[in-house]
Amino acid sequence: MINGLMTLSGAWDKIRTDPVIRMMVTALAFYGMATFEGPLMSIRAVNSLSHYTDWTIGHVHSGALGWVGFISFAAIYCMVPWLWKKERIYSNRLIEWHFWIATLGLLLYIAAMWVSGIMEGLMWRAYTPDGFLAWTFIETVSAKHVENVIRTLGGALFLSGAVIMAYNLWRTVRLPSTTEQPALNAPVLAATA
Amino acid sequence: MLTWKSHGKLERNSLLLVIGIIFVVSIGGLVEIAPLFWIESTVEKVDGMRPYTPLEQAGRDIYVREGCHTCHSQMIRPLRDEVERYGHYSLAAESMYDHPFQWGSKRTGPDLARVGGKYSDAWQKEHLTDPRGMVPESVMPPYAFLNERELSFKDIEDRMRALRRVGVPYTDAQIANARTDIAAQADEFSSDSVNLKRRYGTKVVNRDFDGDPDVITEMDALIAYLQMLGTLVDLKTYQAAAPGNER
Repeated sequence: MINGLMTLSGAWDKIRTDPVIRMMVTALAFYGMATFEGPLMSIRAVNSLSHYTDWTIGHVHSGALGWVGFISFAAIYCMVPWLWKKERIYSNRLIEWHFWIATLGLLLYIAAMWVSGIMEGLMWRAYTPDGFLAWTFIETVSAKHVENVIRTLGGALFLSGAVIMAYNLWRTVRLPSTTEQPALNAPVLAATA
Repeated sequence: MLTWKSHGKLERNSLLLVIGIIFVVSIGGLVEIAPLFWIESTVEKVDGMRPYTPLEQAGRDIYVREGCHTCHSQMIRPLRDEVERYGHYSLAAESMYDHPFQWGSKRTGPDLARVGGKYSDAWQKEHLTDPRGMVPESVMPPYAFLNERELSFKDIEDRMRALRRVGVPYTDAQIANARTDIAAQADEFSSDSVNLKRRYGTKVVNRDFDGDPDVITEMDALIAYLQMLGTLVDLKTYQAAAPGNER
């Protein structure tokens, strides 16, 4: 993570102007967070609370959507113009939209999973003053309803970001190629003449 | 500084770097793999463990097929609240005939490691058919189609042979009689149940699990499996502090 971030030394202004670079930096931040959270969750005291709960689900999604997702999106935005010999991506504004929608969705998703995970973990092990378990299992399921709605919303936002990307890439591929290729054109013209 | 300089040598020579990487990675591998050579000593000595009967194994295969493990764990941790909620913590010995094991890692629904005998067959059937009919707040999908589907066990012998390959001690007689054992276990009045119990122990229960005596359905098999979960080991004779069980 440090290696990735320090690559931007002297070029930090790029994250204000270039949404693809910003996406990569965000991916690195999620990478750092997820890989820090993982070992943390392997500590017995933390694991006794987090295991079997939604916390784990939030954790893997910060890695899968935040790190793998964002770094892949950014790499695709980089490579598609190269592969199809275009000067640029069709719309930088759409990349901006993709970035902010996906980031918002991701944060909603992860935050909702933290809240519901820690809540159900605490509810499972809560005792009444008389020494009985405070909650039945089904009560802990009902308690997570709002968080699961937020999670769905977050996931839908992340997915819409990817749909925006797909449209943007499709339009990019359909842009006229800017690279002139006279060496290839010449024999063709000669043959038809 | 000297260390950093010699590290530069390692970074510039690809072969040295590859050897270095293999060395470092193999440490991690060995730490994970080496304990498996002493797996025998990590499994407690318990009374009561036996391989699944063919009907239970067929039910278990349905449990795996439907992905029940994605929402239900089968691993009770030695924590006060879990032991009070679900029963005695799970023992390694209880998973020794599980291929693949179904410990799971998420409890969207409750742990099932000791669900056997907690509810009646009728409750299990109704709950699987229409979960919200039994538990209004439930988020479990319905599995009503298990009532309609006749249990297919034409390859049960092959499945048992495959399990024997990986260490489940099925005898030739158990494999040869798998089909009659399935029929016997799904019928409360079967005369073959004597042989079933001779092969798998007297604690094996034979009854019509789904309440439909005409046909052996997938529901029969799944309930037979659920109703024996966590009931095999005699926890009264299990001594956690015995020298052989201390790790």
